[in-house]
Amino acid sequence: MAAIYLANPSRFLTLVNRVLPWLAAITIALFAIGLVRTLHAPDDYQQGATVKIMFIHVPAAWLSMMGWGVMSVAALGTLVWRHPLADVAGKAAAPVGAAFTFICLVTGSLWGRPTWGTYWVWDARLTSVLVMFLLYLGVLALYWTAEDPGRGSRAAAVLTLVGAVNIPIIKFSVDWWNTLHQPASILRMGGNAIDPSILWPLLIMAAAFTLLFFTLHLGAMRNEILRRRVRSMRIMQAQEARA
Amino acid sequence: MNAFVALLLRDIRLSVRVGGGALMGALFFLIVVTMMPFALGPDLNLLARIGPAILWLGALLATLLALDRLFAADHDDGSLDLLMMGGTPLELAVAAKAIAHWLTTALPLVVVSPVLGLMLNVELRAIGMVALTLLAGTPALTFIGLIGAALSVALRRGGLLLAVLVLPLTVPVLIFGVAAANAAIVGPAPFGPPFTILCALSLASLVLGPFAAAAALRFGLE
Repeated sequence: MAAIYLANPSRFLTLVNRVLPWLAAITIALFAIGLVRTLHAPDDYQQGATVKIMFIHVPAAWLSMMGWGVMSVAALGTLVWRHPLADVAGKAAAPVGAAFTFICLVTGSLWGRPTWGTYWVWDARLTSVLVMFLLYLGVLALYWTAEDPGRGSRAAAVLTLVGAVNIPIIKFSVDWWNTLHQPASILRMGGNAIDPSILWPLLIMAAAFTLLFFTLHLGAMRNEILRRRVRSMRIMQAQEARA
Repeated sequence: MNAFVALLLRDIRLSVRVGGGALMGALFFLIVVTMMPFALGPDLNLLARIGPAILWLGALLATLLALDRLFAADHDDGSLDLLMMGGTPLELAVAAKAIAHWLTTALPLVVVSPVLGLMLNVELRAIGMVALTLLAGTPALTFIGLIGAALSVALRRGGLLLAVLVLPLTVPVLIFGVAAANAAIVGPAPFGPPFTILCALSLASLVLGPFAAAAALRFGLE
């Protein structure tokens, strides 16, 4: 029912305008708590203070995957239900997801220098995240080249779903190829392997990043709706001027 | 089924006759492989070690460059619209076009690859195996590329956009193709596992590619 109610962009905009300040405030509060807890988290006995990069790196990596998940759901909404907002949601999620993937790559590279002794290695995790970043850029390129927003978003939706099938395959093939990055240590068989003094700040930071994603996503959706309105108003103006 | 065979034969005929450029891909492959020793130096030991990788990269680029033609000509002269309105399911028509494309552009690459392998100092007993990996893996490249070709013709954009869309998706094919070829040459890992995964990738893209490409055409050209 809500999906039908929100199909009207004006209703959606009113809702966004009401929700967005609260969401932004909670995001800032969570970041404040998370950063303070991060500062008080103990240093690693081997890596020293550089381990704090983790509190940015790991949430960004999680959100880079969630970004593609949001885009895939939006792609299904575009192709199957033709929901007018799904297409806006997919377009708005792509740059945000690409930005988080980029943050993940950059922080990982900066962390790799002191701990591994190199900014970049062709290791499985790094390479699969890099390929995912390239896929994000491919989707963005598709949006940039399409003249008609509707057509571009349907093409991007097809590519997003193809990518959703392919990302696990790429991940496993790359895993099989080479490895240096540590394996998963939180969601794994036999429970997590992280001390609570580090786990809690990490989870708070992850929550803050997730809310940041949705704040940026909703803001970008609002901007996209307004941009489309400006576009159609310009077209109408041009037609009036000709007539 | 008749329409499927007719479309297949039509596309093959169009590409082998004058102006079709079926062997252009093989020629490009030859030139790319010839350029490699100029860039890397003519050290035969080095070439023998990275020979399979060079052959795979060359085949990937040659397949990619030919993809532009897959739908562009049919879109220009309107026969793509006829295919979309016709009684044959669009998925089947797209699959016929892709198979014809594979037969005329990728199969010549497989056929010339033993000669190029010889030039790259790949061991004689392994040359056949390397060609076999190309035979098993190029269908995956063509059918993944099919999706990119459909997307770019729907947006009336070709060239670099196609490469940007398709190349990241071909990473697994490249990994397992080169892994199988290297296993055949230097060992010690067995040839079987990467080769069977390569076959699986080809079969999976054979099924998924036509559906995604048909969807892209329908949504793009409506």
